[in-house]
Amino acid sequence: MHSILAVDDSASMRQMVAFTLKGAGYNVIEAADGQEALDKARGETVDLVLTDQNMPRMDGITLVQNLRGLATYASTPILILTTESSDEMKQKGRAAGATGWLVKPFDPSKLLDVVRKVIR
Amino acid sequence: MGEVSNQGLQGGGFDLTQFYAVFFEEAGENLANMESLLLDIDVAQPGDEELNAVFRVAHSIKGGAATFGFSDVTTLTHELETLLDRVRKHELNLTSVMVDVLLEAGDVLRAQLARHQGTTDAVPDTTDLIHRIKVLAAGQQIQGAAAVPAAAPNPAPAAAAAPAAAVPVAPPLPDGMRRLYVRVGPLTDASVADDLTGLFRDIPTLGTIEAADDGKLDAESKRKFLVTTASPDSELVELFSFHVSREQIHIEAAVAAPPAPAAAAPAAAAESDDSFGFFVDPASLPPARNAPGMPQNGGNAGAANAGAGNAASAKGAAARGEKAANLDSNTLRVSVERVDQLINLVGELVITQAMLTQQVKDLDPAQFRGLLAGVTDLERNTRHLQEAVMSIRMIPMSFVFNRFPRLIRDLAAKLDKKIELKMVGEATELDKGLIEKIIDPLTHLVRNSADHGLESPEKRLAAGKSETGTVTLSASHQGGSILIEVKDDGAGLRRDKILSKARERGLAVRDDMTDPEVWALIWEAGFSTADQVSDVSGRGVGMDVVRRNIAALGGTVELDSTEGKGTRVCVRLPLTLAIMDGMSIGVGDETYILPLASVIESFQIEPGMIQTVGSNGRVVKVRDEYMPVVALADEFGVPRLTEENGKLAPGILVIVEADGKRLAAIVDELLGQHQIVVKNLESNYRRVRDISGATILGDGHVALIIDVSSLVKRARH
Repeated sequence: MHSILAVDDSASMRQMVAFTLKGAGYNVIEAADGQEALDKARGETVDLVLTDQNMPRMDGITLVQNLRGLATYASTPILILTTESSDEMKQKGRAAGATGWLVKPFDPSKLLDVVRKVIR
Repeated sequence: MGEVSNQGLQGGGFDLTQFYAVFFEEAGENLANMESLLLDIDVAQPGDEELNAVFRVAHSIKGGAATFGFSDVTTLTHELETLLDRVRKHELNLTSVMVDVLLEAGDVLRAQLARHQGTTDAVPDTTDLIHRIKVLAAGQQIQGAAAVPAAAPNPAPAAAAAPAAAVPVAPPLPDGMRRLYVRVGPLTDASVADDLTGLFRDIPTLGTIEAADDGKLDAESKRKFLVTTASPDSELVELFSFHVSREQIHIEAAVAAPPAPAAAAPAAAAESDDSFGFFVDPASLPPARNAPGMPQNGGNAGAANAGAGNAASAKGAAARGEKAANLDSNTLRVSVERVDQLINLVGELVITQAMLTQQVKDLDPAQFRGLLAGVTDLERNTRHLQEAVMSIRMIPMSFVFNRFPRLIRDLAAKLDKKIELKMVGEATELDKGLIEKIIDPLTHLVRNSADHGLESPEKRLAAGKSETGTVTLSASHQGGSILIEVKDDGAGLRRDKILSKARERGLAVRDDMTDPEVWALIWEAGFSTADQVSDVSGRGVGMDVVRRNIAALGGTVELDSTEGKGTRVCVRLPLTLAIMDGMSIGVGDETYILPLASVIESFQIEPGMIQTVGSNGRVVKVRDEYMPVVALADEFGVPRLTEENGKLAPGILVIVEADGKRLAAIVDELLGQHQIVVKNLESNYRRVRDISGATILGDGHVALIIDVSSLVKRARH
């Protein structure tokens, strides 16, 4: 089973993402902020990281930078879930080493759609 | 709530309604968090951390609201986010006007969320608020009438209330109206459903209904209607259930697309949209770690037909028991009814256990050692179980206290005073039922302290005090009760003013009355409604109402004041209404219960103790205090216990107190003290004078619980 690390400080968003992905047969690991995600990532390898951008303690971009510093996450796909799709955000995401982005709000089918483009 | 079959907005075949409860709870916490941050923030030098945290609240609620399709919430939080983003980036300086507007927006968001939860129908008018937020976000000042905070919820759904920035998701509906598909069935006869149409004819305010089918049952034996209404789903189900059973009603939104906020890219279905993208070609990504075990329906990624497949997989997940609620494994949401049912059952168990204990108490310990040990264990375990179950209903006082920073802030601004609020013991727990009922009296007391207790900054300075007055709220456990204190360091009560006011009202007062006796006067009904008293000497309105409300909860309230130093009001409440410590007393052949909290002392009646005054009044002097004597046997019409020689038993005097007043009750016997499970008499029988409830004794008999407060009041008048 493929594993996905889902990071969002909003419990309802996290729940929606986790429920959708579990329903589609993925194993989901949840984290409430970048720091918790980084801690969990150190003990696990996953096939995809989905992270919110704006979170307390550690934001999404910083998480991406940190994950890219871990050998096991050097090439793991990382998508940033964000309400902004500005060029500035994209530039930051790309520079940090993210694989792509998905604009919030999205519905569950959109999420699965994008996830399946990454995990094949 | 659970019975309402609400399909809600569909997320591409997914039922998003299952996440609503978590979203509402989370949004509520976020708003409370935002409010406390805003109240604490230093407007002149706000910390980056605080500004980011406030921004994140707006951001987080917006994200959820947009996902779950609450467009009004999305619109408002979007405007807040825009303003807060500029503030946190230091493009704009935070002002107290902004804080006011942000607080107001928090109130409006609460009202919007309440409407989506179906707890209110009021549609908040956000036009003016959004306008002001936009003005502030543009770096301009709010001018003129617009600066006056608008009333939050506006019950009249004004057509013009649609916010300017809202993105229409369907043909425009009047604000607050929704379009729904109502499916009814399975039915055996299609015409049954036509009765629903009649409802809309009979109740014009309900909205409109039209058949969305050809008037015949479909393949699932169901009918389909298109409804336009402002009523919440629960109300519709309630009305429809006159004609069809609740299980046969299925409501779903007729508009499926979740609205997107103005600034965010629309979540369009097209493949080449702006809603996602890759910095790297996903095809070039390394294959996933373990290629086998692909998700079953992973083959097709087309957005158009993904819906059906996903719905199926979501159902599969549900079937595996992966309920949304399980995802947060540390808390469990249970309805109050279920907890109360548990408490009731434990109450019954306590009674059964007490009966067993009574039955076996005379058995020979040598012969029945095992049985007696078992009964002792049962007693201990029952007590622990009872405590554990009661603790489920306990919630921290912070639930009540949290509203006061905002109240004090608003009052300080309104009264032109400087007020600091201190809160102590917010973690102290109290029964949920009591918590809800203590809010109003406490609010009254806090308001009084701020309004009438504390002086203006000038007066304080003149009196040699610091400019800022302090109101302290504290809660703590003391034995079996909880003590809540509202204290201020204001001017205190002025006894001369109270005495003259009392004389004016024709109350019997003397100049040599002790301070506590003087302070007790302000609890008299109607005493303090006169504004002169509240203006000049201190506190004001409706203290008698406060005392009555607290007494109704089985609590007491005391006041203590020092002129020039301040006033302290002490509220003492039982931890729970369901169980109390009682003293059982024998009156004739009957057993009654006196709440232990109201019993002061008791002693044998000596000849000559009781004196007769007037025609049939009797008094007794206890420690230099005269108090009325009431024979409970006469009061309740029970024959007095007689001794073998035919004379009346001498009896025992029990001194009880309620509302600061004492009374001596003549009883025949003191039978013992124990915890009793309070049963409501009114719901099982009817209201009885001087009786507050009933309980079941260990021997299975019913004993009535005496309403001491009512007894004292009648005896004293």
